[in-house]
Amino acid sequence: MTFSLMLRRSLYTVLIAALLAFFAIPMLWLASAPFDSDPGVGLRWPDWTLDNWRITFEHPYALGSLVNSIVLCAVATIVTTALGTLASYALSRVRIPGRDALLYVLLLLSSVVTGTAAMVPIFVLMLQLGLINSQYATGLVIAGGMLPAAIFILKDFIDTVPRSYEESARVFGASPGQVLLHVVLPVARPGIATILVWAFVQAWGNFLLPFLLLRDVAEQPAAVLLRTLRDEGGSANLTVIPAFSLLYAIPVVALYLFVSKRYGFRFHGGIKA
Amino acid sequence: MIELTGLSTVYPNGVRAVDGLDLSIADGEFFALLGPSGCGKTTLLRTIAGLEQSSSGAISLAGRDVTKAEAGKRGVAMVFQDYALFPHMTVAQNIAYPLRVRRASKQAQQDAATSTSANLGLSDYLERRPGQLSGGQQQRVALARAIAMSADVLLLDEPLSNLDARLRLEARTFLKRLQRDLGLTTVFVTHDQAEALALADRIAVMAEGRIRQLGSPKEVFQRPADTFVANFIGSTPMNLLTGTVRDGQVDVAGALLTPPGDLRLTDGAPVIAGIRPEYLKPGTEGITGVVSIVENLGVTSLVTLECPGEVLVGLTVPEHEEPAVGATMTAAPAPGRLLVYDSETSELLTA
Repeated sequence: MTFSLMLRRSLYTVLIAALLAFFAIPMLWLASAPFDSDPGVGLRWPDWTLDNWRITFEHPYALGSLVNSIVLCAVATIVTTALGTLASYALSRVRIPGRDALLYVLLLLSSVVTGTAAMVPIFVLMLQLGLINSQYATGLVIAGGMLPAAIFILKDFIDTVPRSYEESARVFGASPGQVLLHVVLPVARPGIATILVWAFVQAWGNFLLPFLLLRDVAEQPAAVLLRTLRDEGGSANLTVIPAFSLLYAIPVVALYLFVSKRYGFRFHGGIKA
Repeated sequence: MIELTGLSTVYPNGVRAVDGLDLSIADGEFFALLGPSGCGKTTLLRTIAGLEQSSSGAISLAGRDVTKAEAGKRGVAMVFQDYALFPHMTVAQNIAYPLRVRRASKQAQQDAATSTSANLGLSDYLERRPGQLSGGQQQRVALARAIAMSADVLLLDEPLSNLDARLRLEARTFLKRLQRDLGLTTVFVTHDQAEALALADRIAVMAEGRIRQLGSPKEVFQRPADTFVANFIGSTPMNLLTGTVRDGQVDVAGALLTPPGDLRLTDGAPVIAGIRPEYLKPGTEGITGVVSIVENLGVTSLVTLECPGEVLVGLTVPEHEEPAVGATMTAAPAPGRLLVYDSETSELLTA
């Protein structure tokens, strides 16, 4: 082995190790800090204790905000997945002029609609409708912002469902509803599962809209509450934040594992196209 | 019985895929719609199934007018070219699907799957998914599903085109026996003339949305009604040679050929002589030319003769009798096998 080859290998290993550390250290902090008697921003072997958890559970808003998050996300995810699936099926099967242009415009606008540009109009709209501090309304606004992207992605999945499947079902006497339930949805299931998880993760991590539209601390979801976790002195409350962060991370991981196991992000082998 | 009267199907872009077509198919008949791609045969099949709306004309099935009826309410089962098996259902669920749509009991569904699959040799695969089956097995599942519908009419869209060449012959025999055993009125679409000749009781040769010739495989093969059909049918292309009538005989490729006995021809009329390579027999009189190419077809060889006036004539010779390239050879049509077509209308001239 030559010297230059050895040097190259060592550099490669060092680079990989640095990259790995960059991503691993926050994870390790998340795993160890909640159990440390004196958690800091650094990483160290914990001095084991469960006191942080007791304090977190005693926090007046911590657990409530997680429940709020779940309600908010459930509304946003269900609305996005259900409407997105139906809309993309229609757009995939019905020929209307300018269909693709419509999709691209929707996609472009969606990043504006829920983005900072529409922040004030959305707030004013919701205020006048009297929907401030309503989790369901906030969920709908989040869903509205996610729908164009969801339709765009789902349409690709539904485009791959051969029309002959539907025609075959129709010849056997299936009604349009039966065609959808028996054939299209099951075949497009991996795509729908993907959108379901994607929508949940998007809504779970959404900060801006709940921050704007849910002014009452008791109504705020975890993503917003996390920002307000400070001690009397105004610095970050490192007793509650680590444990709360770990709790906050669990649902997303759990949902991913559940959907992956139950529905699978894969495609059943069909026939040659 | 399937009865089509003046049926037309026009696509939104104005293409008349099926153009004023009249056809009647008897009960229990195995009927082929044959034609090149784009001739409207698949559109016609889909119109019968109700997947395309006809623009004018009427369809009646077993005496019932179904022109406006929806697909699924016509008593018609169909097997698609790609089989359209549902990949997320097992073979048993696929076969029982027509019953599930009608909300039959689970027991009835299971019975249908078991009995239909037994007839098609699928009993061992009921719990598999379509993706785990070979092409031939998938085709049989698709057939089983169509049969389980217990419809009056079975439609097959290119039933053999997705199988490889070896399996195709096997499936052809299987399909013919199945159709005969079930006695089900069956219409199938194909672009493969050999398939149509082998399977069908009757063939409709289609071009540009119309039927060019309707007849038994024998009639269509032996007496094509026009030069289009003549060209399309037969695995070795028919010789279509331009000539003129002289003294009641056909002057073609430097030879005078005698037309079938009762055919009266006007002197000097331009005609097209049609002779299948299989019906040209080597002899002492007839078309004479130089052997330019010999192609081995297995039991026979296809010999191409270069005749006077740069006319190419093909004939088949049995094995071991192939002439050498460059040799001179004479051949004449077997008695009664010469067909004469009008060169203007390209239609067969008959007595």
